[in-house]
Amino acid sequence: MNDMLKVSASPHIRSKTSTDKIMMLVAIALLPASLFGIYNFGIRALLVMLISIASCVATEWLYEKGLHKKCTIGDFSAVVTGLLLALNMPPTIPLWMPIIGGVFAILIVKQLFGGLGQNIMNPALAGRCFLMISFAGPMTDFTVPSGAFATVYDTVSGATPLAAMKAGETVELMPLLIGNIKGTIGETSAIALLVGAAVLLYFKVIDMRIPGTYIGSFAVFMVLYEIFGMGGLDINHLLCEIFGGGLILGAFFMATDYVTTPITQNGQIVYGCVLGILTGIFRMFGGSAEGVSYAIIFSNLLVPLIERVTIPKAFGKGGAKKA
Amino acid sequence: MGLLTFKGGIHPYDGKDLSKEKPIKKLLPKGELVYPLSQHIGAPANPVVQKGDHVKVGQVIAEAGGFVSAPIHASVSGTVKGIEPRLTVTGTMAKAIIVENDNQYETVEYEAVDSLESLSKEEIIKKVQAAGIVGMGGAGFPTHVKLSPREPDKIEYILVNGAECEPYLTSDYRRMLENPEWVIGGLKVILQLFDRAKGYICIEDNKPDCIAKMTELTKGESRIEVKPLKTKYPQGAERCLIHATTGRDVNSSMLPADAGCIVDNIDTVVAIHHAVMWGQPLMHRVVTVTGDCVKDPRNFEICTGTNYEELVEEAGGLKMEPEKIIVGGPMMGNAVYGLKLPSTKTSSALLFLSKDEVSASPETACINCGKCVTGCPANLIPSRLATYAENHNEEAFVKWEGMECVACGCCSFSCPAKRPLTQAIKSMRAMVLANRKKKA
Repeated sequence: MNDMLKVSASPHIRSKTSTDKIMMLVAIALLPASLFGIYNFGIRALLVMLISIASCVATEWLYEKGLHKKCTIGDFSAVVTGLLLALNMPPTIPLWMPIIGGVFAILIVKQLFGGLGQNIMNPALAGRCFLMISFAGPMTDFTVPSGAFATVYDTVSGATPLAAMKAGETVELMPLLIGNIKGTIGETSAIALLVGAAVLLYFKVIDMRIPGTYIGSFAVFMVLYEIFGMGGLDINHLLCEIFGGGLILGAFFMATDYVTTPITQNGQIVYGCVLGILTGIFRMFGGSAEGVSYAIIFSNLLVPLIERVTIPKAFGKGGAKKA
Repeated sequence: MGLLTFKGGIHPYDGKDLSKEKPIKKLLPKGELVYPLSQHIGAPANPVVQKGDHVKVGQVIAEAGGFVSAPIHASVSGTVKGIEPRLTVTGTMAKAIIVENDNQYETVEYEAVDSLESLSKEEIIKKVQAAGIVGMGGAGFPTHVKLSPREPDKIEYILVNGAECEPYLTSDYRRMLENPEWVIGGLKVILQLFDRAKGYICIEDNKPDCIAKMTELTKGESRIEVKPLKTKYPQGAERCLIHATTGRDVNSSMLPADAGCIVDNIDTVVAIHHAVMWGQPLMHRVVTVTGDCVKDPRNFEICTGTNYEELVEEAGGLKMEPEKIIVGGPMMGNAVYGLKLPSTKTSSALLFLSKDEVSASPETACINCGKCVTGCPANLIPSRLATYAENHNEEAFVKWEGMECVACGCCSFSCPAKRPLTQAIKSMRAMVLANRKKKA
């Protein structure tokens, strides 16, 4: 018998999940929304995605090569960042902007903080917000590029449905669900996003704790706002607020980013509620019709505080009873 | 009502099909037998034989070194070859008595009893103590200590642990299936000690045949109930089992007795039965020899002290080169670097794996996914605790409840970044305990 046996401390078996498999699943779960984005906005949307992904992966590779660190592009996290960044951009964006965004996301937000697992904000969203602040015009120009395969439903004022609602228009719910509306590449189709979310839920990559409390608390905020601020409950307005804009994309794909969310289970509930309320405040009282991106990166910064007050009680020490 | 269970846990590949259909085969050892003096928690036993002495089966060769200790009996007849340090499963050398088997199986006379009712409580505990019975699930805590709680009147539940939640192990399964009367008999002995207690035989629902058999055999018993449990690791961990069956919670500063419970493993209960009813000391146990490298995976009833090499031969040898050999289950067992090791009262399995999943999974950065949190039956944050352990941050480790870890291994198992979480927490925990002892 072989006398070169392997010896290590227990446990001796490992589950089949791994970081790269999880990241790959997230990328796959984003495919329906990405494909719909291409259908809705044409080949230019695909081009934005490819450039964004390539610049994220290249930045990570160059940084790690340059500093003689272990190359981690194989874990697919840079791919996911690149794809999310692209899905958060309007299709008409100048093609050099995704490059700037990708470099900022990976180099400044992720690598300089210590790489995967150490960043304090979601890199894709931080990249998006960086571009928003720097290039507000192109980042909010939602004209549909020529070459779109779909007929995009338009509001009276020609703005995105959320902006139209903010201006006082009434919009239809159906196009928001299907996605043939104006907006960023990946946020328009609620159905495509929910299909992807179902994949993540099925494979237990995410659970409903954050998306559920996020959307739930946002809905509660909106109901209260409608009753006290708009003079009455308006179900269509409520649903359009939920399915319009970046909420579904944000709640299922970005607010659930492991690295930048609390690890304590009660903390995740607190985090979800903070997100919902902030999004409501930003959308209703802020200057812009959108609020998801800022709500998420702001809440990212609250994570250490949330964790500190939600350390779970150990089993047998008077904590929560069994589920 | 759903099946009884606890919060957390994992579902690893269970590998029980390899050996579950194989009846227990009695195995007689060939060469020398090695009896380490420390096969239990507590003081090592003191040898009472000398080199050259002749010993019989069932004879005491080492007596208990204190109250929290247990005597050791010869499982064969033969000549004492010496008392010397030998390699044990944990990788350390420990003093052991070596007996050369003469294959005669000359046996000391056992003192059987006709009826349990004729024995007083003290007599029962004395018999258990004299038989050298320890927790055979792996911990090796002397059973007579467990059976003598400070307030016996407060014991309400006797839990027979037939969960067998460790992957690959089928020894308890076979025992329950083949000798259920011994299990029930042993439980009755324990119930005799605690007037207020009810006896629960707890079995995971992946063993429906055991559940059916036990239910049938205990039909008329008013004090005994069979409790089917959800199949999930670590259902058989003491704290999880108590929670699942009684809804009570035990933390690290408590004993099961503080929650009115006593938990005993299947083989331990069988040993109690033999000790009290037949007067036979603990010198046999069931061991599963299995894994994908073993030609003919089997369950053996072995004499303690038998060399592991003999067990492999009896299982038809190996069909593949193993990369890892584990004594015990894959979740909590010990990896060993050779087979020239003696089996003890606490060895439940010998596992040969062709692939070592640990070395095949290099560690990457923690992505904070929380899978360790979902899996932790102690409701901890293993990824944080492991980081505190790596940084030797004792204060934070204790604040985040690191001392409540039961080392079940669920966090390391489920970690997608393949971090050795359990290992880090376990060693930090040991260090904190050692520091506390130093200060006290």
